[in-house]
Amino acid sequence: MTFQDQDTIVKSIEAIHGDMDALWITVAAILVFFMQAGFTFVELGFTRSKNSGNIIMKNLMDFTIGAVMFWALGYGIMYGSDLVAGGLFRSSPSGQGYFFFHATDWYNLFFQTVFCATAATIVSGSIAGRTKFSVYLVLSLVITTLIYPISGSWYWPFDENAWLSEAGFVDFAGSSVVHAVGGTVALVAAFMVGPRIGKYVDGKAQVIPGHNMAFGALGVFILWMGWFGFNGGSQLAWGGDDTIAVGSVIINTNLAGAFGAIGALFFSWFKYGKVDVSMSLNGALAGLVGITAGCGAVNAWGALAIGLICGISVVLSIGLIDKRLKVDDPVGAVSVHGVCGFIGTVLVGVFALDGGLLYGGSGKLLWVQFYGSLSYILWAAAASFLLMIILKKTMGLRVSAKEEIEGLDIHEHGMEAYPEHITSVVD
Amino acid sequence: MKKIEAIIRKSKFDQVKKALHQIEVNFFSYWDVTGVGNEVMGQQYRGITYSTSDIQRRYLVIVVSDSFLERTVNILLETASTGSVGDGKIFVSDMIEAYRIRTKEKGSAAIN
Repeated sequence: MTFQDQDTIVKSIEAIHGDMDALWITVAAILVFFMQAGFTFVELGFTRSKNSGNIIMKNLMDFTIGAVMFWALGYGIMYGSDLVAGGLFRSSPSGQGYFFFHATDWYNLFFQTVFCATAATIVSGSIAGRTKFSVYLVLSLVITTLIYPISGSWYWPFDENAWLSEAGFVDFAGSSVVHAVGGTVALVAAFMVGPRIGKYVDGKAQVIPGHNMAFGALGVFILWMGWFGFNGGSQLAWGGDDTIAVGSVIINTNLAGAFGAIGALFFSWFKYGKVDVSMSLNGALAGLVGITAGCGAVNAWGALAIGLICGISVVLSIGLIDKRLKVDDPVGAVSVHGVCGFIGTVLVGVFALDGGLLYGGSGKLLWVQFYGSLSYILWAAAASFLLMIILKKTMGLRVSAKEEIEGLDIHEHGMEAYPEHITSVVD
Repeated sequence: MKKIEAIIRKSKFDQVKKALHQIEVNFFSYWDVTGVGNEVMGQQYRGITYSTSDIQRRYLVIVVSDSFLERTVNILLETASTGSVGDGKIFVSDMIEAYRIRTKEKGSAAIN
């Protein structure tokens, strides 16, 4: 073989590696896209049937708005190489082509778009059943254009301007960047909108049971499947060592989801005396959210521990938010995504094989994880609080009591999700 | 003894139930019904506006002793009303006998 032949072969192999990376990222992004269906079904199942059409519309619209806004502006604000406003914003120079994206790495845009939409859609569940549809549209627009892209820009570009990546912060697929940000906006929004009518009587939390546990379970399984793409895809590579790493990430993800469900199951069994279906479903999601930060940094034992801790935490957190804070979160979005996103991120400082407390770390990583995650929560809280105040003054956040009691479907959308009783149509 | 049948808005049911408990009417049955009446409900489906006369309501059956009749009907008239077409109807009829299965009591003793 001549030298030129060898050179061609090496280049071809490199090209194939690059193509395999791009193929895996594309497949993973398709899996993450389907998580929108998971969110839709969890929220449908855990809320009343009179609001089903509204839930569907919210999940449809946060994705569509996110897809457009992230292509137009979000990606440039998140990954642009220029800094503006003293580093608060990024901007993309025209040569880079990230605004109204026209660069060549389309698969990266696709992968980041579905992550962005995930951050936005988390909010839908916590404000279900009483929020104006128009308010939700604005909320989705601001999350996907500003709140999430700025969050992402602190870490994921992995360049010298990403201050948290410079500090050594570890958030593999976004326990904080995606989930804690979404969960915090969910908390602020639910607090500002206020509880559903009948949720608190004389200061005591009432049960407003979800209308279809089967939908809830289907949604959780769809989300769980999507998570293999969410975490596995975040390796951003396939082949050789990366194949081993992706495999480990997927197993860690699965184990944490499993132990999240097991933790929530036994803890709620012990605490409330019954094997709680919806709590166990939430527990699986809690474990999955928790492991999202550390799935590339811990071993299987660490994943089990993080899943278990998150599964127990989510039961405690749901009780606390419902009964003590008196914030009405019908689907547990704040506890699953916000609380377990924070806990999962911090626990990387304990269980990470490189720098974790249990493996001889000095505590430096733990400290970075703590203030990194807290920074995300504070940013999301401040930005969404300001936004909700403006929306409250301008549009008003809630539908009328009559609309809420009779259902958002009939008043906001002029239809019912289950219209089987309609047999005759008159002029 | 009288049988009171009331067809009311579902959205008023919680209020009605609470009010009935307050005047110590604690035993009644209800179910969801579909019917036609004066109201037509505007709906939209795929850009087409239409009206349906199939209206969903909640149907309550309350059996009370004669002395309870007036206040029960009054509570229903008050709490189930919104003032718009479609608030529903109340029917009152005589009830011949009532039994409590557990104790074999009959008459007023069986329903209170």
